Amino acid sequence: MQSFTTHSGIVAALDRANVDTDQIIPKQFLKRIERTGFGQFLFFDWRFRADGTPEPAFELNRPEAAGASILLARRNFGCGSSREHAPWALADYGFRAVIAPTFADIFFNNCFQNGMVPIRLDEADVDELFRRVAAATAAGGQYRMHVDLRECRVADDAGFARPFTVDAFRRQCLLEGLDDIGLSLRHADQITAWEAAHGVPAAAG
Amino acid sequence: MPAPRTLLDKIWDDHVVCTPPGELPLLYIDRPLGHEVPSPQAVEGLRLAGRRVRRPEATFATPDHNVPTSDRRLPIADPVSKQQIDTLRANCREFGVRLYDLGDADQGIVHVIGPELGITQPGMTIVCGDSHTATHGALGALAFGIGTSEVEHVLATQTLRQAKPKSLEMRVDGELRLGVTAKDLVLYLIGRLSTEGGTGHVIEYTGACIRGLGMEQRMTVCNMSIEAGARAGMIAPDAVTFDYLRGRDFAPRDFDRAVAAWERLPSDPGAAYDRVQVFAAADVVPQVTWGTNPAQVTGVDAVVPDPASFADPNDRSSAERALEYMGLRGGTRIVDIPLDRVFIGSCTNSRIEDLRAAARVVQGRTVASTVRAMVVPGSGRVKRQAEEEGLDRVFREAGFDWREAGCSMCLGMNPDTLAPGERCASTSNRNFEGRQGKGGRTHLVSPAMAAAAAVTGHFVDIRGWEYR
Repeated sequence: MQSFTTHSGIVAALDRANVDTDQIIPKQFLKRIERTGFGQFLFFDWRFRADGTPEPAFELNRPEAAGASILLARRNFGCGSSREHAPWALADYGFRAVIAPTFADIFFNNCFQNGMVPIRLDEADVDELFRRVAAATAAGGQYRMHVDLRECRVADDAGFARPFTVDAFRRQCLLEGLDDIGLSLRHADQITAWEAAHGVPAAAG
Repeated sequence: MPAPRTLLDKIWDDHVVCTPPGELPLLYIDRPLGHEVPSPQAVEGLRLAGRRVRRPEATFATPDHNVPTSDRRLPIADPVSKQQIDTLRANCREFGVRLYDLGDADQGIVHVIGPELGITQPGMTIVCGDSHTATHGALGALAFGIGTSEVEHVLATQTLRQAKPKSLEMRVDGELRLGVTAKDLVLYLIGRLSTEGGTGHVIEYTGACIRGLGMEQRMTVCNMSIEAGARAGMIAPDAVTFDYLRGRDFAPRDFDRAVAAWERLPSDPGAAYDRVQVFAAADVVPQVTWGTNPAQVTGVDAVVPDPASFADPNDRSSAERALEYMGLRGGTRIVDIPLDRVFIGSCTNSRIEDLRAAARVVQGRTVASTVRAMVVPGSGRVKRQAEEEGLDRVFREAGFDWREAGCSMCLGMNPDTLAPGERCASTSNRNFEGRQGKGGRTHLVSPAMAAAAAVTGHFVDIRGWEYR
């Protein structure tokens, strides 16, 4: 698994709540049998016009979002379908972190499997970050942030700094890029013991 | 005396294999279920690491998302869909997993065939790479959707790393009024809870209203728990559950002994939930979604809301965006919304009781000339039973398409899709932008409401329907 310790990058602001995984990666791209190459389809129906050219008004197509690797969004990001193609698409596009007030559970868990950190901040802090992105854009520039998973801290270069919380085990796996299946298989004896104690349900036929 | 426990507590406690220091608990998974979309990458991961499927005999799969619902004797036209289904087939063969393949009499939507075959049982932990796995909770199981990497973890270890979710009791007192269904109830509850009100929680639905629902209606309710953000939805097993399961293919051979164990599952009196919300069934009227998430819903007797009426700025901007996408204006009466398409199907509403309810509405009438309507049964069994009861004739004679089993236009991964701008009354579970086809406009309703809309060409309040 890809590890994550620290990351600095440009922030793209997606000022929408309830962004569902159907928008992040539309269903027509779920037929591929690989884990890679989904970035080109990220937010496809929002990002491209019917003729295949980029939709200039879409947030990620604007000049201030060029090269962005941190996504800023509103409440309940990643709701809906469990498709891991959503974090695959975000990561493949180049995102390493997503900041939002809240995330949907399945999407949140899926991020950790793909070297990407979902960061929950208070709604007021997220409001402030949207303001800072807007101010940087108005000044003709881009807005950068720094994510430090070792310290569980997110900051910019102009005095904004906040801690964030993340489950200690998931954090450790991400910091070290651990194979969590390998970790779990260390407990194979206990799994076998559980099965013996519970009896294997008859798989009739 | 041990502390009283909830249904969730009991299943959870029974399935924790171990909690290694500094790690998340390993939760034992009784039944991994699969379909063609999330599984190829998971199995490829196993193969690359030289791992095996730990309990192939407990694992079940069926193709449903991609499958054509037209003539099954024809080859699959879309080569990419065909490749995904071929991959599922080859993987199941290689690892010894039971597959209900295309052409198998019992193929269908995984969340329909699991309960139907008795694979789903009370007290089990069930996962699938699909958020509507919550459906199986209707039988008193803990069932939830997971991502592909987690599917791989389950296949390899028969366990999942999980923090224990919080519990939310949603108690519904009283009885539903005539013409109001489980679908209306769950849409109403999602509207009250919001699309993220259940995040981090497992919902247990309780109360007289829930007890009074049949097994298939309970599945409709639990199915949509994810649309309120919940990890899972569940209903304590009772006589309705046991009667439903008795005699099914995979039901325990010593059924009475199993029932005796299942009877100990319901939450103990006095068991504490992290949150409790109480609703009155009598408050629920037939529901219609007007926006682009399932919480954007109102009664059929109401109007499309004015975005300015929302106090929260997020809700207001979501409503503005939704109405623009849906081509609607605040103040429009729901019954004045005309429709182009009607879809009856999906893991929410494609079971025999759903089809009976829709057929009763359609009986002796015809689909409006402005509407194209289709019925897609949830499984081969549902289809056969409907045909034995003559429901297919009722639908066909009225002008509906009668299709083969699959997910179909719920998500339009197969050729069944909406064209841009087309407006559809759908018995499925998600009205997200583009869900049923790019630019398509989805209104979520019950099967009876969808059937009535097909006949009249616009929404009607089913409570005033004249049955023939």
